[in-house]
This record gives sequence, C-alpha cells and structure tokens, in this order.
Amino acid sequence: MSAQRTVLLKVFRHGPADAGPRYDEFRVPAGPRATVLDALLAIRRRQDPSLTVRHSCLHGSCGTCGMRVNGREVLACVTRLDGLGDPVVVEPLAGAVVIGDLVVDMEHVYRRLEPVGRSLVRASERAGEKDGKAGPGPVLQDLARFEDCIECGLCLSACPVAGDPRFLGPAALAAAERVLEEPRGVDPKAVLGLVDDAHGAWRCHAAFECSAVCPAGVDPGEAIMRLRGRLLRDRLPRLVGRYHREART
Amino acid sequence: MDAPQVIVAGGGGTGGALAHDLALRGLAVTLLERGELTSGTTGRHHGLLHSGGRYAVNDPESAVECIAENRILRRIAPGSFEENGGLFVALTDEDMDYLPRFLAGCAACGIPTRELTVADALALEPGLTPALRAAVWVPDATMDAMRLPLRFFATAQRNGARLRPFTEVTGLLTAGRAVTGVTLRDHLTGAEAELASDLVVNATGPWCERLAAMAGATVPVQPSPGVLLALVGRLCDLVVNRLHPAGDGDIVVPQRRLSIVGTSAWTVTDPDDLEVPDEHVQAMYREGARLVPAVASAAERAAWSAARPLIGATAGAGGGGGRELSRTFKCFDHAVTDGVEGFVTITGGKATTLRAMAEATADLVCTKLGVQAPCRTRDTVLAPHTAYYTGRAA
Repeated sequence: MSAQRTVLLKVFRHGPADAGPRYDEFRVPAGPRATVLDALLAIRRRQDPSLTVRHSCLHGSCGTCGMRVNGREVLACVTRLDGLGDPVVVEPLAGAVVIGDLVVDMEHVYRRLEPVGRSLVRASERAGEKDGKAGPGPVLQDLARFEDCIECGLCLSACPVAGDPRFLGPAALAAAERVLEEPRGVDPKAVLGLVDDAHGAWRCHAAFECSAVCPAGVDPGEAIMRLRGRLLRDRLPRLVGRYHREART
Repeated sequence: MDAPQVIVAGGGGTGGALAHDLALRGLAVTLLERGELTSGTTGRHHGLLHSGGRYAVNDPESAVECIAENRILRRIAPGSFEENGGLFVALTDEDMDYLPRFLAGCAACGIPTRELTVADALALEPGLTPALRAAVWVPDATMDAMRLPLRFFATAQRNGARLRPFTEVTGLLTAGRAVTGVTLRDHLTGAEAELASDLVVNATGPWCERLAAMAGATVPVQPSPGVLLALVGRLCDLVVNRLHPAGDGDIVVPQRRLSIVGTSAWTVTDPDDLEVPDEHVQAMYREGARLVPAVASAAERAAWSAARPLIGATAGAGGGGGRELSRTFKCFDHAVTDGVEGFVTITGGKATTLRAMAEATADLVCTKLGVQAPCRTRDTVLAPHTAYYTGRAA
C-alpha cells in the first residue's frame, strides 16, 4: 500500500453572515484513492464541522458535488487528489448564488432545464438491435436507460456566455436536442420554438467549454451544433418558399 | 387548533417519503438534515429497485415488502426507472441446487419469475458470462438513488412541508421524560435555535441510535457499511444477480454509462467511519467479472462505501457479519419501548421500501397525535424531481 501524504486545501468560505468571502487552509492526510470530496468530508468531520458541501452518490452519477478545483469544474467525488498539486484550491461553481461555502442554489440549472421537458428515461442504444433478432424465445424487450445528463451544472459554470441569465445554456440546449431526437410525449414544435431564439441555440459562441467539463459524456457543445443544423434545415423550406413568392411578383 | 407540529430528523429517502405522507395528512412538517438531502446512506446505493428476489429465500418479509413497493413506485413515480428487469444467474452446482428454493421462495412471496434457457438469457443480455448454467428473469428495475427521493421531497414541499438541509439536530428538548422539540444548528448561517414540536421522528438511518440516545432511548440497530464499485461502461442493460444466498460482489447494476458492482459488508459502531478497503474493491472486480466478464477490464470510476441500518443487534455487540441481519424495517414508539413520549424512530429497510416505511411511521405518528387521516401515498403521483429546485422560488 502506498504511503499517505498530506495535502493542503485552500477552500472558499462564504456564509450569509460573513463580511465577505475568504479562503481557509486545511491540511488533510490523503491515501492513494482519496478524492477531493473525501478530503472535504474529512475536514468537516475532524477540523471544521461548519464547512458546507453538497454530495450524494459518491460515484459521479447524481451530479450533486459539482465545484471548481484549481479553476476547473469537476465532480469532487470522482476527482482524485493525486496529481492536483499543492495547494488544491476549491471553489463553488461559477454563475450561481452561493448559499454557503461550496453550496450553490441549483435553481439556475433547473429553471432552464424544466421548460424543455426532457424525460429522465430514454431508449437504450441496444433497442434498435431487435429488428435483427429472428431467433426463438423471448422477444428482445424494449430496453430503456437513463439519459446521460446528470444535471450537475458544470457546463453552465464553465460556459463563458452563461453568465447572462437569459441564455438557455448548454444543459438545456443539449436536453432539447435529445427531445427532438426522441420526443417521448413532448411537442417538438414547442421545443423548437424555445431554442430557436437569440438566447437559445444562437447565443452559443461554440467555446465548447461545456463539453470539456461534462463528467457524463453528454458533449453539449456538439449537441448544440446538431441543433443549429436542424434549425437551419427546418428554416430552409420557409426561405425557399418566400423566395419563390417574391420572384413571382 | 393549529395542525400538529412534527419534526422529521433525517433527510434521506425515508425522511422525504415521511414528510410527503404527513403533509398529505395535514400535519405541519419540518424536516432537518445535517447535509444535503440524500447525502447519508440514501444517495449511495447502487440504484436497484428490488423485485425482492434477493431476499425471497432467507428474508421473505423483506421480499414481500419489496415486490409490493416495486409495483407501487412504478405507478406513483412514472418515468423514474429503467424497467429492463433483472436476471438471477446460476454458475455452479451449488447455485443449481439453490434454484428450486429460489423459485419456490419467489412464488411464495408473489414475485413473478421466468426461467430462461442459456441461449435465451444470452440473447436477452449479451453481457452475461457464457459460463452460466441457468437464468431466471425477475422484475428488478433501476432508479436514480437521489432523484427518486427528490420527487418525494418536491411533493412534500409543494404540500407545505418545510425542508431544511444543512441544518443539524444538536440535541433534544425535553420536559420530564417527553421530547418536546430539538435544538439545531444551521450550518449555512451558523445560527443555533430551538424548535418546538408535538413529536420528533428519528429517521436518521444508521445514525438513529445516536439520536435516540439523546432521548434516553435505545434502538437495536447495527450500522453495516459495504463497498460498492462504479466502473466505466454500461456493461449490461439488465440487472445481473448471482443465483445464491446474498454475498459479496453478487450484483451488477447498469447506471447510465456506468456499471455498479456491489456489495461487501461488515459492521461498525460509528456510521461516519467509512473506509474503502482495497481488498474489498478487488473482491468486487473478481466476483462481478464472474457474472459479467467485461467487469474484469473495466476502468474504475469510483469506489465508495455506504452504511446501512440493519435491525437486530445493538451497535457494538459484534458477533455476526453485516448481512445476517434482516433488511426489513421497524418503527419504534419510544413511549412503549423506553417510556419516552413524543419520540418515534423508523429505521432498517431499503430504498425500495421508503414509501412503506413512511406509511407505517405516519400511521403511528397520527395515532399518537390523535389525527384521523388515512395514508394516500400509494396512489398520489409524485411531482417531478426538478420541482424540488424550481418550486422553492414560488
């Protein structure tokens, strides 16, 4: 077993009663498997019980423990301390209201996502394989799986444009693309209307920071590019029609 | 008269379901959780919506609870589950010997099963080891460990419950031998306060003995951690269980683009004492690969442990391993068990039975407080999980 080492963390602190934000320093023993979240929980347990941190699943599946570590958006529960250098600077996600220390109000994520109406569950990639099955026995059932997006807000924090609260942002736009791909009871026209807007798909500056930080493999930047392509294809018939009408006059 | 005031201590799935149930019955509910909602045991589980198959032989009480709640949850929380089913697979002679007992146990508990040929099982789930000798399909499903409880929290909030994460119960207020409220610390503001109530419910799971002790009460619960392993890659679409009495590394659960192998088990006295022993991680790899060979070469995403509250022994009693204790739940009226009025504990159980645990507890709470209102949670469709966040501003 590798030896433990001591890691210095500089942690952002801010509460409603504080005069202003500050950084506290903590030294934490860390084994080879230790993550940023492990370190923060150890601080809470042994050094400063008032440190507030959001977390839940501990394995990168719920999206609760998003924060910035050394300036980069990550999920703390799957970010090993090994390789992060010294000190490790831990800050809350950007662009959100800080409720306390590393806890931000996630309303800014869900307020954008909710109007898109994307379901949690989608068809599995294997679902299409059933067409090829001709054997006896049980028919391959309709396989389902959860959408990749875990609603962690890392993409909104990283996006250079998302500071404008009017911008739908990468998570909602990627969700919209998924709805258009697989509507599941949602009216595609309503979603198209929502995203075909100056603050929708057209506001994206294609920085792709959202894709760089996405911990769930969603690639929202690419989804937005596909979405724009779709919007342009949908617009073309109207443009052509207008041209022909104008030509006749 | 004002509605009776109930404090629910503990913001896991059971606390959320209880706040929902009590709010529907017209009680005034305040839920206190020292961290984020579901940050204790609830959020850490592998996401299995149990059919009860894993308990059908050795713990039929739990199995019956599971299949009943499996059906109810699909109805009241539509769109929250990957409903692909699960397989129990036999690999050895001992497994094959267990098969008839497994089928009989499931039948006795009302769990539907379908025996599959090896060829059919492999067609249904190509991730399976070709070494399997028999397979049985059961109506397992998978859930998001956090997002399902959030639907209960969202609905409770909508119905007037006050939810206070990052607010820790630091003590209990008493008048003689009765609990009359709590002292709390709000970790977001640093403020300390007292909160009066007609009754306090202890829904702190593996921490419940600690809170009960503050009231001069005891709860026979053993915290039992176990290691789980998350691997990169969706290595199967169905839940794959080993067809034998529950053991380490005998389940593989798909979760988005991950696969979860669980679970080892040991006992501790302090539920915050959660190590991740490397030998347990290696055991998850080894045993998981026997079911789904791709486990062996899959990259590790995370390894973590979660403490479960197992009923049947007082913490520190030592003796048997963590798995021998029952996975059913129990509701303690401490006026009966310890002579402490105004205090109830709900503990044990599992994520699949969170609603039933809440119903039993709410029935007891209402009886004690003289509230005549039936449970409505088995038919009330839950708000979407997103409403927990967007509904607060309203």
